[in-house]
Amino acid sequence: MPYLELKSVSKGYGSNGSRTEVLRDVNLSIEQGEFVAIVGYSGAGKTTLMSILAGLIRPDTGSVTLEGREMSGPGPDRGLVFQNYSLLPWLTVAENVRLAVDQVFPEKTEAGRAAHATEFIEMVNLAPARDKRPHELSGGMRQRVSVARTLAMNPKVLLLDEPLSALDALTRANLQDEIARIRAQQKQTVVLITNDPDEAILLADRVVPLTAGPNATLGESFIVDLPHPRDRKALNHSPRFRELRRDISEYLLRSRQDRHATVTRKLILPDIDPEDLSVPRNMLGRTRPLRSSEAREATVEVSS
Amino acid sequence: MKAFKFDWFILPLIGIAVVLLMWQISSKTWAKELPTPHKTWEASKDYVLKPFEKRGEMDQGILRFTWYSLILVAKGYAIALIIGTPIGFCLGLSKAFTKTFDPIIQVLRPVSPLAWLPLGLVLFLGAGKQASELGALFTIAICAMWPTVLNTAVGVRAIPQDYLNVAKVLKLSRWKTLTKVMIPATMPYMFTGFRLSLGIAWLVIVAAEMLTGRPGVGGFLWQEYNALLYEHIILCIITIGVVGFVLDRLMSLVESRFKTA
Ligand SMILES: Nc1ncnc2c1ncn2[C@@H]1O[C@H](COP(=O)(O)OP(=O)(O)OP(=O)(O)O)[C@@H](O)[C@H]1O
Ligand SMILES: [Mg+2]
Repeated sequence: MPYLELKSVSKGYGSNGSRTEVLRDVNLSIEQGEFVAIVGYSGAGKTTLMSILAGLIRPDTGSVTLEGREMSGPGPDRGLVFQNYSLLPWLTVAENVRLAVDQVFPEKTEAGRAAHATEFIEMVNLAPARDKRPHELSGGMRQRVSVARTLAMNPKVLLLDEPLSALDALTRANLQDEIARIRAQQKQTVVLITNDPDEAILLADRVVPLTAGPNATLGESFIVDLPHPRDRKALNHSPRFRELRRDISEYLLRSRQDRHATVTRKLILPDIDPEDLSVPRNMLGRTRPLRSSEAREATVEVSS
Repeated sequence: MKAFKFDWFILPLIGIAVVLLMWQISSKTWAKELPTPHKTWEASKDYVLKPFEKRGEMDQGILRFTWYSLILVAKGYAIALIIGTPIGFCLGLSKAFTKTFDPIIQVLRPVSPLAWLPLGLVLFLGAGKQASELGALFTIAICAMWPTVLNTAVGVRAIPQDYLNVAKVLKLSRWKTLTKVMIPATMPYMFTGFRLSLGIAWLVIVAAEMLTGRPGVGGFLWQEYNALLYEHIILCIITIGVVGFVLDRLMSLVESRFKTA
Protein backbone atom coordinates (compact mmCIF):
# COMPACT_ATOMS: atom_id res chain seq x y z
CA MET A 1 0.00 0.00 0.00
CA PRO A 2 1.45 3.41 -0.93
CA TYR A 3 2.27 5.76 1.91
CA LEU A 4 0.92 8.96 0.41
CA GLU A 5 -1.53 8.73 -2.44
CA LEU A 6 -3.44 11.09 -4.71
CA LYS A 7 -6.24 9.53 -6.73
CA SER A 8 -7.81 11.32 -9.70
CA VAL A 9 -7.46 14.67 -7.98
CA SER A 10 -8.66 17.77 -9.77
CA LYS A 11 -8.88 21.35 -8.68
CA GLY A 12 -9.99 24.61 -10.23
CA TYR A 13 -10.36 28.15 -8.99
CA GLY A 14 -13.18 30.60 -9.40
CA SER A 15 -16.85 30.03 -10.01
CA ASN A 16 -18.76 29.31 -13.17
CA GLY A 17 -18.13 32.52 -15.07
CA SER A 18 -14.37 32.87 -14.79
CA ARG A 19 -13.33 29.40 -13.80
CA THR A 20 -9.86 28.05 -14.49
CA GLU A 21 -9.22 24.35 -14.14
CA VAL A 22 -5.73 24.08 -12.72
CA LEU A 23 -5.23 20.38 -12.05
CA ARG A 24 -7.04 17.55 -13.78
CA ASP A 25 -6.95 13.89 -12.93
CA VAL A 26 -3.72 13.88 -10.98
CA ASN A 27 -2.58 10.48 -9.71
CA LEU A 28 0.49 10.01 -7.57
CA SER A 29 1.55 7.38 -5.11
CA ILE A 30 4.61 7.73 -2.95
CA GLU A 31 6.24 5.00 -0.89
CA GLN A 32 7.48 5.60 2.64
CA GLY A 33 10.96 7.09 2.62
CA GLU A 34 10.83 7.95 -1.05
CA PHE A 35 12.13 11.25 -2.41
CA VAL A 36 9.93 12.45 -5.25
CA ALA A 37 10.59 15.60 -7.24
CA ILE A 38 7.85 17.27 -9.24
CA VAL A 39 9.04 19.54 -12.06
CA GLY A 40 6.80 21.85 -13.96
CA TYR A 41 6.36 25.22 -15.57
CA SER A 42 5.63 28.34 -13.60
CA GLY A 43 1.91 28.69 -13.09
CA ALA A 44 1.19 25.07 -13.95
CA GLY A 45 -0.29 24.41 -10.52
CA LYS A 46 2.64 23.14 -8.49
CA THR A 47 1.80 25.17 -5.40
CA THR A 48 -1.81 24.12 -5.76
CA LEU A 49 -0.73 20.49 -5.81
CA MET A 50 1.45 21.04 -2.76
CA SER A 51 -1.36 22.74 -0.87
CA ILE A 52 -3.53 19.72 -1.57
CA LEU A 53 -0.80 17.41 -0.28
CA ALA A 54 -0.45 19.56 2.83
CA GLY A 55 -4.21 19.57 3.34
CA LEU A 56 -4.46 23.36 3.10
CA ILE A 57 -6.96 23.13 0.26
CA ARG A 58 -9.35 20.36 -0.62
CA PRO A 59 -9.43 18.97 -4.12
CA ASP A 60 -12.68 19.36 -6.06
CA THR A 61 -12.70 15.68 -6.87
CA GLY A 62 -10.56 12.68 -5.99
CA SER A 63 -9.00 11.60 -2.73
CA VAL A 64 -5.81 12.18 -0.80
CA THR A 65 -4.70 9.47 1.61
CA LEU A 66 -1.81 9.32 4.04
CA GLU A 67 -1.01 5.88 5.46
CA GLY A 68 -4.28 4.64 4.05
CA ARG A 69 -6.39 7.23 5.87
CA GLU A 70 -8.27 9.98 4.10
CA MET A 71 -6.59 13.27 4.81
CA SER A 72 -8.61 15.83 6.73
CA GLY A 73 -6.98 19.21 6.95
CA PRO A 74 -3.37 20.25 7.50
CA GLY A 75 -1.19 19.11 10.36
CA PRO A 76 2.38 19.18 11.59
CA ASP A 77 3.01 15.60 10.41
CA ARG A 78 3.25 17.05 6.89
CA GLY A 79 5.88 19.76 7.14
CA LEU A 80 5.46 22.30 4.38
CA VAL A 81 8.20 24.73 3.39
CA PHE A 82 6.25 27.50 1.73
CA GLN A 83 7.38 28.93 -1.57
CA ASN A 84 7.34 32.44 -0.10
CA TYR A 85 8.98 31.49 3.23
CA SER A 86 5.95 32.61 5.27
CA LEU A 87 7.92 33.57 8.34
CA LEU A 88 6.07 35.65 10.89
CA PRO A 89 7.76 39.06 10.62
CA TRP A 90 7.23 40.07 14.25
CA LEU A 91 9.11 37.04 15.57
CA THR A 92 12.86 36.53 15.55
CA VAL A 93 14.46 33.55 13.83
CA ALA A 94 14.56 31.63 17.10
CA GLU A 95 10.99 32.56 17.96
CA ASN A 96 9.71 31.48 14.57
CA VAL A 97 11.29 28.07 15.06
CA ARG A 98 10.16 27.93 18.68
CA LEU A 99 6.54 28.54 17.67
CA ALA A 100 6.66 25.30 15.72
CA VAL A 101 8.65 23.38 18.33
CA ASP A 102 6.38 24.46 21.21
CA GLN A 103 3.37 23.40 19.21
CA VAL A 104 4.66 19.99 18.16
CA PHE A 105 6.48 18.93 21.34
CA PRO A 106 4.33 20.17 24.20
CA GLU A 107 5.49 17.26 26.34
CA LYS A 108 9.13 18.37 26.33
CA THR A 109 10.49 20.65 29.03
CA GLU A 110 11.15 24.32 28.32
CA ALA A 111 14.88 23.67 28.19
CA GLY A 112 14.38 20.64 25.97
CA ARG A 113 12.38 22.65 23.47
CA ALA A 114 14.94 25.45 23.47
CA ALA A 115 17.71 22.95 22.78
CA HIS A 116 15.65 21.32 20.03
CA ALA A 117 15.09 24.68 18.31
CA THR A 118 18.76 25.57 18.62
CA GLU A 119 19.77 22.28 17.06
CA PHE A 120 17.84 23.01 13.90
CA ILE A 121 18.89 26.66 13.73
CA GLU A 122 22.47 25.45 13.85
CA MET A 123 21.75 22.79 11.25
CA VAL A 124 21.00 25.51 8.70
CA ASN A 125 23.96 27.59 9.90
CA LEU A 126 21.89 30.43 11.25
CA ALA A 127 23.12 30.51 14.84
CA PRO A 128 24.57 34.03 14.43
CA ALA A 129 21.23 35.34 13.16
CA ARG A 130 19.00 33.69 15.74
CA ASP A 131 17.82 36.95 17.28
CA LYS A 132 17.24 38.77 14.01
CA ARG A 133 13.84 39.40 12.51
CA PRO A 134 12.99 38.18 9.01
CA HIS A 135 13.25 41.62 7.40
CA GLU A 136 16.89 41.78 8.48
CA LEU A 137 17.70 38.55 6.65
CA SER A 138 18.55 37.88 3.03
CA GLY A 139 16.20 35.77 0.91
CA GLY A 140 18.40 32.72 1.27
CA MET A 141 18.59 33.09 5.03
CA ARG A 142 14.81 33.40 5.28
CA GLN A 143 14.47 30.29 3.21
CA ARG A 144 16.81 28.46 5.58
CA VAL A 145 14.79 29.60 8.58
CA SER A 146 11.71 28.28 6.88
CA VAL A 147 13.46 24.95 6.28
CA ALA A 148 14.67 24.84 9.90
CA ARG A 149 11.19 25.57 11.21
CA THR A 150 9.75 22.75 9.17
CA LEU A 151 12.48 20.21 9.93
CA ALA A 152 12.22 21.01 13.63
CA MET A 153 8.64 19.74 13.53
CA ASN A 154 10.10 16.35 12.67
CA PRO A 155 7.42 15.74 10.04
CA LYS A 156 6.69 12.34 8.58
CA VAL A 157 6.48 13.91 5.15
CA LEU A 158 8.56 16.87 4.09
CA LEU A 159 6.91 19.05 1.46
CA LEU A 160 9.27 21.50 -0.21
CA ASP A 161 7.65 24.04 -2.55
CA GLU A 162 10.42 25.46 -4.73
CA PRO A 163 12.54 26.04 -1.65
CA LEU A 164 15.54 27.16 -3.63
CA SER A 165 14.25 28.93 -6.71
CA ALA A 166 14.62 32.40 -5.21
CA LEU A 167 18.30 31.90 -4.46
CA ASP A 168 21.48 32.62 -6.34
CA ALA A 169 23.32 29.70 -7.92
CA LEU A 170 25.96 29.35 -5.19
CA THR A 171 23.61 29.44 -2.23
CA ARG A 172 21.36 27.18 -4.16
CA ALA A 173 24.07 24.54 -4.62
CA ASN A 174 24.88 24.79 -0.92
CA LEU A 175 21.32 24.27 0.15
CA GLN A 176 20.87 21.42 -2.30
CA ASP A 177 23.73 19.62 -0.59
CA GLU A 178 22.14 20.49 2.73
CA ILE A 179 18.82 18.97 1.72
CA ALA A 180 20.58 15.83 0.44
CA ARG A 181 22.45 15.54 3.73
CA ILE A 182 19.43 16.05 5.98
CA ARG A 183 17.46 13.58 3.98
CA ALA A 184 20.23 10.95 4.14
CA GLN A 185 20.27 11.46 7.89
CA GLN A 186 16.56 11.52 8.68
CA LYS A 187 15.19 9.36 5.86
CA GLN A 188 11.80 11.10 5.72
CA THR A 189 9.46 10.92 2.80
CA VAL A 190 10.10 14.03 0.73
CA VAL A 191 8.17 15.75 -2.03
CA LEU A 192 10.20 18.48 -3.67
CA ILE A 193 8.72 20.89 -6.16
CA THR A 194 11.10 22.62 -8.49
CA ASN A 195 11.31 24.20 -11.91
CA ASP A 196 14.84 22.93 -12.45
CA PRO A 197 15.23 19.39 -13.87
CA ASP A 198 18.90 19.27 -12.80
CA GLU A 199 17.96 19.90 -9.20
CA ALA A 200 15.27 17.27 -9.38
CA ILE A 201 17.66 14.64 -10.71
CA LEU A 202 20.40 15.58 -8.29
CA LEU A 203 18.20 15.07 -5.25
CA ALA A 204 15.32 12.75 -5.99
CA ASP A 205 14.72 9.03 -6.37
CA ARG A 206 11.99 9.72 -8.87
CA VAL A 207 11.11 12.72 -11.01
CA VAL A 208 7.53 13.36 -12.05
CA PRO A 209 6.85 16.07 -14.61
CA LEU A 210 3.74 18.22 -14.27
CA THR A 211 2.45 19.13 -17.70
CA ALA A 212 1.77 22.73 -18.60
CA GLY A 213 -1.51 24.14 -17.34
CA PRO A 214 -4.38 24.72 -17.40
CA ASN A 215 -5.64 21.23 -16.75
CA ALA A 216 -2.16 20.16 -15.75
CA THR A 217 -1.60 16.56 -14.82
CA LEU A 218 1.33 14.45 -13.75
CA GLY A 219 3.19 12.62 -16.47
CA GLU A 220 5.06 9.35 -16.41
CA SER A 221 7.68 8.94 -13.68
CA PHE A 222 11.38 8.99 -14.40
CA ILE A 223 13.25 6.77 -11.95
CA VAL A 224 16.61 8.26 -11.06
CA ASP A 225 18.77 5.17 -10.68
CA LEU A 226 21.93 7.02 -9.77
CA PRO A 227 23.69 6.00 -6.55
CA HIS A 228 23.64 8.27 -3.48
CA PRO A 229 25.43 10.41 -2.45
CA ARG A 230 25.47 12.19 -5.77
CA ASP A 231 28.25 14.52 -6.62
CA ARG A 232 27.23 17.50 -8.67
CA LYS A 233 30.46 17.60 -10.71
CA ALA A 234 30.67 13.91 -11.42
CA LEU A 235 26.99 13.90 -12.31
CA ASN A 236 27.53 16.33 -15.16
CA HIS A 237 29.67 13.74 -16.90
CA SER A 238 27.38 10.82 -16.23
CA PRO A 239 25.66 9.67 -19.43
CA ARG A 240 22.64 8.47 -17.45
CA PHE A 241 22.22 11.91 -15.90
CA ARG A 242 22.34 13.58 -19.29
CA GLU A 243 19.88 11.10 -20.69
CA LEU A 244 17.44 11.70 -17.85
CA ARG A 245 17.78 15.42 -18.17
CA ARG A 246 17.13 15.28 -21.88
CA ASP A 247 14.10 13.00 -21.47
CA ILE A 248 12.52 15.12 -18.77
CA SER A 249 13.08 18.36 -20.61
CA GLU A 250 11.71 16.89 -23.78
CA TYR A 251 8.69 15.55 -22.00
CA LEU A 252 7.94 18.97 -20.54
CA LEU A 253 8.45 20.70 -23.86
CA ARG A 254 6.24 18.21 -25.60
CA SER A 255 3.50 18.67 -23.02
CA ARG A 256 3.45 22.28 -23.94
CA GLN A 257 3.55 21.77 -27.68
CA ASP A 258 0.80 19.16 -27.58
CA ARG A 259 -1.30 21.76 -25.99
CA HIS A 260 -0.57 24.15 -28.82
CA ALA A 261 -1.51 21.53 -31.33
CA THR A 262 -4.71 20.33 -29.75
CA VAL A 263 -6.38 23.31 -28.17
CA THR A 264 -8.87 24.91 -30.47
CA ARG A 265 -10.27 28.14 -29.25
CA LYS A 266 -13.35 29.85 -30.46
CA LEU A 267 -12.35 33.46 -30.74
CA ILE A 268 -15.03 35.80 -29.52
CA LEU A 269 -14.45 39.42 -30.25
CA PRO A 270 -15.32 41.77 -27.43
CA ASP A 271 -18.84 42.98 -27.74
CA ILE A 272 -17.94 46.61 -27.52
CA ASP A 273 -17.69 49.53 -29.89
CA PRO A 274 -14.68 51.76 -29.74
CA GLU A 275 -15.40 54.99 -27.97
CA ASP A 276 -15.55 58.11 -30.10
CA LEU A 277 -12.94 60.28 -28.46
CA SER A 278 -14.00 63.39 -30.37
CA VAL A 279 -17.27 63.48 -28.43
CA PRO A 280 -16.79 65.48 -25.27
CA ARG A 281 -17.30 63.44 -22.13
CA ASN A 282 -20.39 64.19 -20.16
CA MET A 283 -19.45 64.92 -16.56
CA LEU A 284 -22.74 63.77 -15.04
CA GLY A 285 -23.87 60.66 -16.85
CA ARG A 286 -20.57 59.41 -18.15
CA THR A 287 -21.28 57.84 -21.49
CA ARG A 288 -19.79 54.41 -21.54
CA PRO A 289 -18.71 52.82 -24.78
CA LEU A 290 -21.60 51.15 -26.52
CA ARG A 291 -21.83 47.40 -26.80
CA SER A 292 -22.51 46.49 -30.40
CA SER A 293 -25.45 44.38 -29.33
CA GLU A 294 -27.00 47.47 -27.79
CA ALA A 295 -26.59 49.69 -30.80
CA ARG A 296 -30.03 50.01 -32.35
CA GLU A 297 -29.44 52.79 -34.78
CA ALA A 298 -26.35 54.68 -35.68
CA THR A 299 -26.22 57.94 -37.51
CA VAL A 300 -23.02 58.36 -39.36
CA GLU A 301 -22.12 61.62 -40.90
CA VAL A 302 -20.21 61.27 -44.05
CA SER A 303 -18.33 64.23 -45.32
CA SER A 304 -17.11 64.12 -48.82
CA MET B 1 23.89 71.94 9.03
CA LYS B 2 22.82 75.46 8.24
CA ALA B 3 20.15 74.33 5.82
CA PHE B 4 18.89 71.93 8.45
CA LYS B 5 18.44 74.71 10.99
CA PHE B 6 16.81 76.92 8.43
CA ASP B 7 14.26 74.30 7.45
CA TRP B 8 13.32 73.09 10.86
CA PHE B 9 13.73 76.14 12.99
CA ILE B 10 13.65 79.38 11.05
CA LEU B 11 10.75 78.55 8.73
CA PRO B 12 8.34 77.53 11.50
CA LEU B 13 9.29 80.69 13.38
CA ILE B 14 8.42 82.74 10.32
CA GLY B 15 5.07 80.96 10.20
CA ILE B 16 4.36 81.88 13.82
CA ALA B 17 5.38 85.46 13.20
CA VAL B 18 3.01 85.76 10.24
CA VAL B 19 0.09 84.45 12.29
CA LEU B 20 0.90 86.77 15.21
CA LEU B 21 1.01 89.70 12.82
CA MET B 22 -2.37 88.84 11.32
CA TRP B 23 -3.77 88.41 14.82
CA GLN B 24 -2.42 91.81 15.82
CA ILE B 25 -3.84 93.47 12.72
CA SER B 26 -7.21 91.79 13.18
CA SER B 27 -7.55 92.94 16.76
CA LYS B 28 -6.72 96.49 15.76
CA THR B 29 -9.06 96.65 12.77
CA TRP B 30 -12.17 94.53 12.35
CA ALA B 31 -12.28 92.46 15.56
CA LYS B 32 -12.06 95.07 18.23
CA GLU B 33 -13.03 92.67 21.01
CA LEU B 34 -10.15 90.34 20.17
CA PRO B 35 -7.31 90.91 22.62
CA THR B 36 -3.93 91.58 21.04
CA PRO B 37 -1.15 89.00 21.41
CA HIS B 38 0.53 91.22 23.98
CA LYS B 39 -2.60 91.60 26.07
CA THR B 40 -3.23 87.88 25.85
CA TRP B 41 0.20 87.17 27.19
CA GLU B 42 -0.13 89.69 30.01
CA ALA B 43 -3.43 88.19 31.10
CA SER B 44 -2.27 84.58 30.79
CA LYS B 45 1.17 84.95 32.31
CA ASP B 46 0.03 83.82 35.73
CA TYR B 47 -1.52 80.66 34.36
CA VAL B 48 1.46 79.77 32.21
CA LEU B 49 4.29 80.67 34.54
CA LYS B 50 2.70 79.01 37.57
CA PRO B 51 1.12 76.14 35.68
CA PHE B 52 0.36 73.98 38.70
CA GLU B 53 -1.05 76.56 41.08
CA LYS B 54 -4.50 76.06 42.51
CA ARG B 55 -6.24 79.27 43.53
CA GLY B 56 -9.80 77.97 43.36
CA GLU B 57 -11.95 75.35 41.71
CA MET B 58 -12.09 77.21 38.41
CA ASP B 59 -8.92 79.26 38.80
CA GLN B 60 -5.92 76.99 38.43
CA GLY B 61 -2.66 76.82 36.49
CA ILE B 62 -3.10 75.81 32.89
CA LEU B 63 -1.20 72.52 33.21
CA ARG B 64 -3.31 71.61 36.19
CA PHE B 65 -6.41 72.04 34.06
CA THR B 66 -4.74 70.10 31.28
CA TRP B 67 -3.99 67.33 33.72
CA TYR B 68 -7.66 67.03 34.74
CA SER B 69 -8.65 66.91 31.10
CA LEU B 70 -6.02 64.32 30.30
CA ILE B 71 -7.22 62.05 33.09
CA LEU B 72 -10.78 62.19 31.80
CA VAL B 73 -9.58 61.59 28.24
CA ALA B 74 -7.46 58.65 29.37
CA LYS B 75 -10.47 56.99 31.00
CA GLY B 76 -12.79 57.56 28.06
CA TYR B 77 -10.11 56.54 25.60
CA ALA B 78 -9.40 53.34 27.50
CA ILE B 79 -13.09 52.45 27.38
CA ALA B 80 -13.11 53.20 23.64
CA LEU B 81 -10.17 50.86 22.99
CA ILE B 82 -11.47 48.09 25.25
CA ILE B 83 -14.81 48.09 23.49
CA GLY B 84 -13.63 49.08 20.01
CA THR B 85 -10.85 46.57 19.44
CA PRO B 86 -12.96 43.42 19.95
CA ILE B 87 -15.75 44.88 17.82
CA GLY B 88 -13.17 45.54 15.09
CA PHE B 89 -11.97 41.95 15.32
CA CYS B 90 -15.50 40.60 15.04
CA LEU B 91 -16.13 42.82 12.01
CA GLY B 92 -12.92 41.64 10.38
CA LEU B 93 -13.53 37.97 11.11
CA SER B 94 -17.20 37.51 10.40
CA LYS B 95 -19.08 38.49 7.27
CA ALA B 96 -22.38 37.91 9.06
CA PHE B 97 -21.34 40.22 11.90
CA THR B 98 -20.33 42.87 9.38
CA LYS B 99 -23.60 42.62 7.51
CA THR B 100 -25.53 42.85 10.78
CA PHE B 101 -23.78 45.80 12.38
CA ASP B 102 -22.08 47.75 9.61
CA PRO B 103 -25.15 49.86 8.75
CA ILE B 104 -25.60 50.85 12.40
CA ILE B 105 -21.93 51.75 12.72
CA GLN B 106 -22.04 53.84 9.58
CA VAL B 107 -25.03 55.73 10.96
CA LEU B 108 -23.64 56.26 14.47
CA ARG B 109 -20.16 57.22 13.32
CA PRO B 110 -20.84 60.74 12.02
CA VAL B 111 -22.92 61.77 15.05
CA SER B 112 -21.31 64.76 16.76
CA PRO B 113 -20.16 64.66 20.39
CA LEU B 114 -22.48 67.56 21.05
CA ALA B 115 -25.36 65.26 20.19
CA TRP B 116 -24.13 62.35 22.30
CA LEU B 117 -23.48 64.29 25.46
CA PRO B 118 -27.08 65.05 26.41
CA LEU B 119 -27.90 61.40 25.87
CA GLY B 120 -24.95 60.44 28.07
CA LEU B 121 -26.19 62.72 30.82
CA VAL B 122 -29.68 61.26 30.56
CA LEU B 123 -28.34 57.70 30.66
CA PHE B 124 -26.50 58.30 33.91
CA LEU B 125 -29.08 60.54 35.51
CA GLY B 126 -29.41 58.05 38.35
CA ALA B 127 -25.74 58.37 39.22
CA GLY B 128 -26.23 61.68 41.02
CA LYS B 129 -22.98 63.56 41.44
CA GLN B 130 -21.16 61.22 39.10
CA ALA B 131 -23.59 61.85 36.25
CA SER B 132 -21.53 64.50 34.52
CA GLU B 133 -18.35 62.45 34.60
CA LEU B 134 -20.06 59.28 33.39
CA GLY B 135 -21.87 61.22 30.69
CA ALA B 136 -18.60 62.73 29.53
CA LEU B 137 -16.88 59.34 29.54
CA PHE B 138 -19.74 57.84 27.55
CA THR B 139 -19.46 60.60 24.98
CA ILE B 140 -15.68 60.32 24.65
CA ALA B 141 -15.81 56.56 24.36
CA ILE B 142 -18.56 56.40 21.78
CA CYS B 143 -17.05 59.14 19.61
CA ALA B 144 -13.44 57.97 19.84
CA MET B 145 -14.22 54.31 19.25
CA TRP B 146 -14.86 54.33 15.49
CA PRO B 147 -11.35 54.72 14.07
CA THR B 148 -10.20 51.83 16.27
CA VAL B 149 -13.14 49.69 15.21
CA LEU B 150 -12.73 50.35 11.50
CA ASN B 151 -8.94 50.13 11.35
CA THR B 152 -8.87 46.92 13.34
CA ALA B 153 -11.45 45.43 11.00
CA VAL B 154 -9.41 46.42 7.95
CA GLY B 155 -6.28 45.03 9.59
CA VAL B 156 -7.90 41.69 10.31
CA ARG B 157 -9.14 41.41 6.74
CA ALA B 158 -5.64 42.24 5.49
CA ILE B 159 -3.87 39.44 7.36
CA PRO B 160 -1.93 37.60 4.65
CA GLN B 161 -3.25 34.13 3.92
CA ASP B 162 0.35 32.89 4.28
CA TYR B 163 0.38 33.63 8.00
CA LEU B 164 -2.91 31.86 8.45
CA ASN B 165 -1.55 28.91 6.50
CA VAL B 166 1.39 28.72 8.90
CA ALA B 167 -1.09 28.59 11.77
CA LYS B 168 -3.03 25.86 9.99
CA VAL B 169 0.01 23.71 9.24
CA LEU B 170 1.12 24.01 12.86
CA LYS B 171 -2.44 23.23 13.95
CA LEU B 172 -2.47 26.16 16.34
CA SER B 173 -5.58 26.27 18.49
CA ARG B 174 -8.07 29.05 17.80
CA TRP B 175 -6.85 30.97 20.82
CA LYS B 176 -3.20 30.61 19.83
CA THR B 177 -3.95 31.57 16.23
CA LEU B 178 -5.59 34.71 17.58
CA THR B 179 -2.84 35.67 20.02
CA LYS B 180 0.24 34.47 18.14
CA VAL B 181 -0.73 35.28 14.57
CA MET B 182 -3.80 37.43 14.11
CA ILE B 183 -3.27 40.05 16.80
CA PRO B 184 0.42 40.67 15.97
CA ALA B 185 -0.41 40.80 12.27
CA THR B 186 -3.14 43.37 12.93
CA MET B 187 -1.05 45.51 15.32
CA PRO B 188 0.07 48.15 12.80
CA TYR B 189 -3.50 48.79 11.70
CA MET B 190 -4.75 48.74 15.28
CA PHE B 191 -2.25 51.38 16.31
CA THR B 192 -3.20 53.63 13.43
CA GLY B 193 -6.74 53.34 14.75
CA PHE B 194 -5.59 54.03 18.30
CA ARG B 195 -3.81 57.19 17.21
CA LEU B 196 -6.82 58.53 15.31
CA SER B 197 -9.06 57.62 18.25
CA LEU B 198 -6.88 59.55 20.65
CA GLY B 199 -7.15 62.62 18.43
CA ILE B 200 -10.92 62.40 18.52
CA ALA B 201 -11.02 61.74 22.28
CA TRP B 202 -9.12 64.96 22.81
CA LEU B 203 -11.49 66.86 20.54
CA VAL B 204 -14.48 65.53 22.43
CA ILE B 205 -13.16 66.32 25.91
CA VAL B 206 -13.38 70.03 25.30
CA ALA B 207 -16.97 69.86 24.17
CA ALA B 208 -17.82 67.58 27.08
CA GLU B 209 -16.21 69.85 29.66
CA MET B 210 -17.78 72.94 28.20
CA LEU B 211 -21.25 71.49 28.48
CA THR B 212 -20.80 69.90 31.91
CA GLY B 213 -18.72 72.67 33.44
CA ARG B 214 -16.14 70.26 34.82
CA PRO B 215 -12.74 71.69 35.73
CA GLY B 216 -10.34 71.22 32.83
CA VAL B 217 -9.15 73.17 29.80
CA GLY B 218 -12.56 73.05 28.14
CA GLY B 219 -14.47 73.97 31.27
CA PHE B 220 -12.06 76.82 31.93
CA LEU B 221 -12.49 78.07 28.37
CA TRP B 222 -16.27 78.18 28.71
CA GLN B 223 -16.16 79.83 32.11
CA GLU B 224 -13.80 82.55 30.95
CA TYR B 225 -16.01 83.18 27.89
CA ASN B 226 -18.94 83.72 30.21
CA ALA B 227 -16.78 85.94 32.39
CA LEU B 228 -15.80 87.96 29.29
CA LEU B 229 -12.09 87.17 29.81
CA TYR B 230 -11.33 86.62 26.15
CA GLU B 231 -7.56 86.40 26.62
CA HIS B 232 -7.99 83.13 28.42
CA ILE B 233 -10.01 81.65 25.58
CA ILE B 234 -7.00 82.07 23.36
CA LEU B 235 -4.73 80.62 26.02
CA CYS B 236 -6.99 77.57 26.17
CA ILE B 237 -7.12 77.17 22.41
CA ILE B 238 -3.34 77.23 22.17
CA THR B 239 -3.02 74.77 25.04
CA ILE B 240 -5.55 72.38 23.50
CA GLY B 241 -3.74 72.54 20.19
CA VAL B 242 -0.29 71.96 21.64
CA VAL B 243 -1.45 69.08 23.82
CA GLY B 244 -3.27 67.46 20.89
CA PHE B 245 -0.16 67.78 18.78
CA VAL B 246 2.06 66.26 21.46
CA LEU B 247 -0.36 63.36 21.97
CA ASP B 248 -0.42 62.66 18.25
CA ARG B 249 3.39 62.69 18.07
CA LEU B 250 3.65 60.30 21.00
CA MET B 251 1.17 57.92 19.44
CA SER B 252 3.05 58.09 16.14
CA LEU B 253 6.18 57.01 17.94
CA VAL B 254 4.40 54.06 19.48
CA GLU B 255 2.75 53.27 16.16
CA SER B 256 6.01 53.22 14.23
CA ARG B 257 7.42 50.74 16.75
CA PHE B 258 4.73 48.30 15.72
CA LYS B 259 5.31 48.65 12.00
CA THR B 260 6.73 45.27 11.17
CA ALA B 261 8.25 44.87 7.76
N1 LIG C 1 -6.31 31.27 -4.77
C1 LIG C 1 -6.37 31.25 -6.10
N2 LIG C 1 -7.44 31.77 -6.73
C2 LIG C 1 -7.52 31.75 -8.07
N3 LIG C 1 -6.60 31.26 -8.89
C3 LIG C 1 -5.49 30.75 -8.33
C4 LIG C 1 -5.31 30.72 -6.91
N4 LIG C 1 -4.13 30.14 -6.64
C5 LIG C 1 -3.59 29.84 -7.83
N5 LIG C 1 -4.39 30.20 -8.85
C6 LIG C 1 -4.14 29.96 -10.29
O1 LIG C 1 -3.82 28.62 -10.44
C7 LIG C 1 -2.76 28.48 -11.35
C8 LIG C 1 -1.64 27.66 -10.71
O2 LIG C 1 -1.12 28.36 -9.60
P1 LIG C 1 0.07 27.80 -8.72
O3 LIG C 1 0.39 28.80 -7.68
O4 LIG C 1 -0.31 26.44 -8.25
O5 LIG C 1 1.24 27.70 -9.79
P2 LIG C 1 2.75 27.23 -9.58
O6 LIG C 1 2.98 26.09 -10.49
O7 LIG C 1 3.05 27.04 -8.15
O8 LIG C 1 3.55 28.50 -10.14
P3 LIG C 1 5.00 29.03 -9.70
O9 LIG C 1 6.01 28.12 -10.30
O10 LIG C 1 5.06 30.38 -10.31
O11 LIG C 1 5.03 29.04 -8.22
C9 LIG C 1 -2.32 29.85 -11.75
O12 LIG C 1 -2.83 30.10 -13.05
C10 LIG C 1 -2.95 30.75 -10.76
O13 LIG C 1 -3.33 31.94 -11.38
MG1 LIG D 1 4.27 27.89 -6.79
